[in-house]
Amino acid sequence: MADISSNFLGIKSPNPFWLASAPPTDKEINVTRAFEAGWGGVVWKTLGEDPSVVNVNGPRYSTLMSQDRRVIGLNNIELITDRPLQQNLDEIRRVKRAWPDRAMIVSLMVPCVEESWKRILPMVEDVGADGIELNFGCPHGMSERGMGAAVGQVPEYIQMVTEWCKHYSRLPVIVKLTPNITDVRMPARAAKRGGADAVSLINTINSIMGVDLDTMAMHPSTGGWGSHGGYCGPAVKPIALNMVGEIARDPETAGLPISGIGGVTTWRDAAEYIALGCGTVQVCTAAMVYGFKIVQDMCDGLSNFMDAHGYKTIEEFRGKAVPTVKDWKQLNLKHVDKAVINQESCIQCGRCHVVCEDTSHQAIFYKKGDNGERRFEINEAECVGCNLCVSICPVPETISMRTLAVGEVDARTGIQVTGEYGNWTTHPNNPQCLVAAQA
Amino acid sequence: MESTANRACGVHGARLNLVEYAVNFSDSHAPLTKPQALIEAERCYYCYDAPCTTACPTSIDIPSFIARIAQGNERGAAKAILEANPLGGMCARVCPTETLCEQACVRNTNEDKPVEIGSLQRYATDALFDAPGAPLFTRAPSTGKRIAVVGAGPAGLACAHGLALRGNDVVLFDANAKLGGLNEYGLATYKTTNGFAQKEVDWLLSIGGISVRCNQRLGRDMTVDSLLASYDAVFLGIGLSGVNTIGIAEPQAEGLRNAVEFIAELRQAHDYSKVPVGRRVVVIGGGMTAVDAAVQATKLGAEDVTIVYRRGASAMSASVVEQRWAQTNGVKIRHWSAPREVLCDDGKVTGVRFVMTSQRADGGITETDETYDLPADMVLKAIGQTYTADHAGAHIALQSGRIATDEEGRTNVGRVWAGGDCRFGGRDLTVEAVEHGKVAAQSIHAALNGA
Repeated sequence: MADISSNFLGIKSPNPFWLASAPPTDKEINVTRAFEAGWGGVVWKTLGEDPSVVNVNGPRYSTLMSQDRRVIGLNNIELITDRPLQQNLDEIRRVKRAWPDRAMIVSLMVPCVEESWKRILPMVEDVGADGIELNFGCPHGMSERGMGAAVGQVPEYIQMVTEWCKHYSRLPVIVKLTPNITDVRMPARAAKRGGADAVSLINTINSIMGVDLDTMAMHPSTGGWGSHGGYCGPAVKPIALNMVGEIARDPETAGLPISGIGGVTTWRDAAEYIALGCGTVQVCTAAMVYGFKIVQDMCDGLSNFMDAHGYKTIEEFRGKAVPTVKDWKQLNLKHVDKAVINQESCIQCGRCHVVCEDTSHQAIFYKKGDNGERRFEINEAECVGCNLCVSICPVPETISMRTLAVGEVDARTGIQVTGEYGNWTTHPNNPQCLVAAQA
Repeated sequence: MESTANRACGVHGARLNLVEYAVNFSDSHAPLTKPQALIEAERCYYCYDAPCTTACPTSIDIPSFIARIAQGNERGAAKAILEANPLGGMCARVCPTETLCEQACVRNTNEDKPVEIGSLQRYATDALFDAPGAPLFTRAPSTGKRIAVVGAGPAGLACAHGLALRGNDVVLFDANAKLGGLNEYGLATYKTTNGFAQKEVDWLLSIGGISVRCNQRLGRDMTVDSLLASYDAVFLGIGLSGVNTIGIAEPQAEGLRNAVEFIAELRQAHDYSKVPVGRRVVVIGGGMTAVDAAVQATKLGAEDVTIVYRRGASAMSASVVEQRWAQTNGVKIRHWSAPREVLCDDGKVTGVRFVMTSQRADGGITETDETYDLPADMVLKAIGQTYTADHAGAHIALQSGRIATDEEGRTNVGRVWAGGDCRFGGRDLTVEAVEHGKVAAQSIHAALNGA
């Protein structure tokens, strides 16, 4: 049996699944239920200074659903905790005492004033928290008060506040990054310069879920008006994975511990984040869609995956995929893939054909078989290996890509595959072509 | 190749060609392919306090196992199933899911098409049995306690597994040459093909700590008292060894037999062409056994097979799905008829005379004075089995002819538990027997080890 426990910054938890700072971690009752269900840790919903913030009394959440009514995106206009600071601190103390083996991280957001941080940090340390997470990412409501994303978008502020936290607290400091920026490496580098022990990402993405066309008001609305919310859930996972990968492979931040956040719904999502370097993953939307019990399926799946691949601990595969993330200019232009349709499992819906015909390379024949039956076949003389057909086929494992072996001739270009490596930097079409020796 | 069956009257084997036997007795329901399983699994809503789990006698965490299939974690799915129901593989094949989990599925509300829980359960358990890998369960440290489990049907097997899991040593007795009880001898062949029953038994025993004694009949080779003298506790999962009579004279004539024997003979047959069947077959009864016997008679090449039941369709204990299965396999079902006389000629059955019945206002059945004859050269009796008290002895208290127990399966005799069909108060379902065995194992373990 694989050991799925995690040790992140010295903070041990029985599994790498933490609940992200969000509504599920706002109160003792929720967090207790979470620990009973088996969650490895929580990041307690962001604490702030009294008097506490006030939420709207209308819709706070809204979802984007796929056609089969599965939630693929969730938007929220919640703020930080709307309960008094001391009440939260008392609850954190009790829960940590009752669950000493679980990770208890406390998320914080106070004004960008040294005094404010100096005041709150000892309180958090005093209740027995294992670490703090700095919320520099809240994209709505708080940024309008000079906190949250407003800080996260200014690397100098990140560095400054991180330095205060390292100065006034002995606890490990995790800096939570906002995706609402141009280049995530900048805030990550700033966090590292400030002495952050880790970064966590992503926070939510600015978003409007829709418009009610009958009332001509954005949706959802509170009394007819709405404001942008923070978007999360399965739909943001690719964005988050990219940002995680960028930080993991940036020479300036390589090796900085990362807690991955964004659309983790199954063990597979978690394993992908870990493969890109994360030591823990944080979950919110999946819990808000299905309840806390999902952590059991996540732990079981991760454990079976590790057993099947011979990984004894999370560390054995953590970061294993990072070296595969490259710049486009490094990709091998001499590698050739072609699509293959498994005629056995093809249901003849024809979508691969029409999208290739309409929008891509006209590389899928639509034929009539001997008995007049529909049949779709790859035309290798036109197929560029773009993967569109693979990506849209509704039947699992029906269209796949095959790599041309050395010696095979690409029917489209007439060029024989040599197995050699050659990228854009050395390609004759590149006006800035470097000589091969310098590549 | 479809060909004409041998239409000779009387009871004969070899009515079909060998290819047809192979086709007729292959898996009645093809297992799900991977794409089918994924598509079906993704239909599950992962309900809270799921109605399907509530409807399952063994309370399998169905949403979890289905989610795990959707997540490509088949081993985890199998674990979720088998930790609640160690015979989950067989139950996936034989459970009347249409009246249990699938009836409770919330998708019925808008679609009338529940998630195919039974098929998905089979998909997950098949995947495990095809490639077992490391043991799913490990035994707790030895308790030093020894328990005799009598009867290796679903109840006894589940009890033995539950006890062994908790570190107890189990000796498993069975009167037959093979383990499995009804799973091995009492189910239609096409429900459990490719020796699945034994595969499942082998997996179940692989937990360790269970030693097997076959061909040991309670009351002949040992008694409850002798077992109590040498074991710390006894579990009786001895099923129903008696067969109900049809309440009329049963002549000693060729062609009249019990449906359970016919089914058992088919299950143990290596060559179906050697199993004789009538040209015209009448099955008397209205339960799963009647359906299994009747459908298999048609699959052996009988030309005309009729199930005759004394009440209406809704009173039959065979589910609607089973009734349809019989009808679509060429079995005719006649209702409101009770057997009056088995007709014979020259020591052979020639038919059955039925009397038409009607329902009284109090729900009871009255025989009218209208009769009809059905020609038959084979008549199968399938009107239920009975508990035979002689085996366990008279000191085990009964209730309505079966062993009386409390919720946990305790009998009136100290250190003796019972479960499965021999225990009063069940619906005679495999899955219920498993639950009886599972709960009794917990109860026995707690009683012996104070845990």
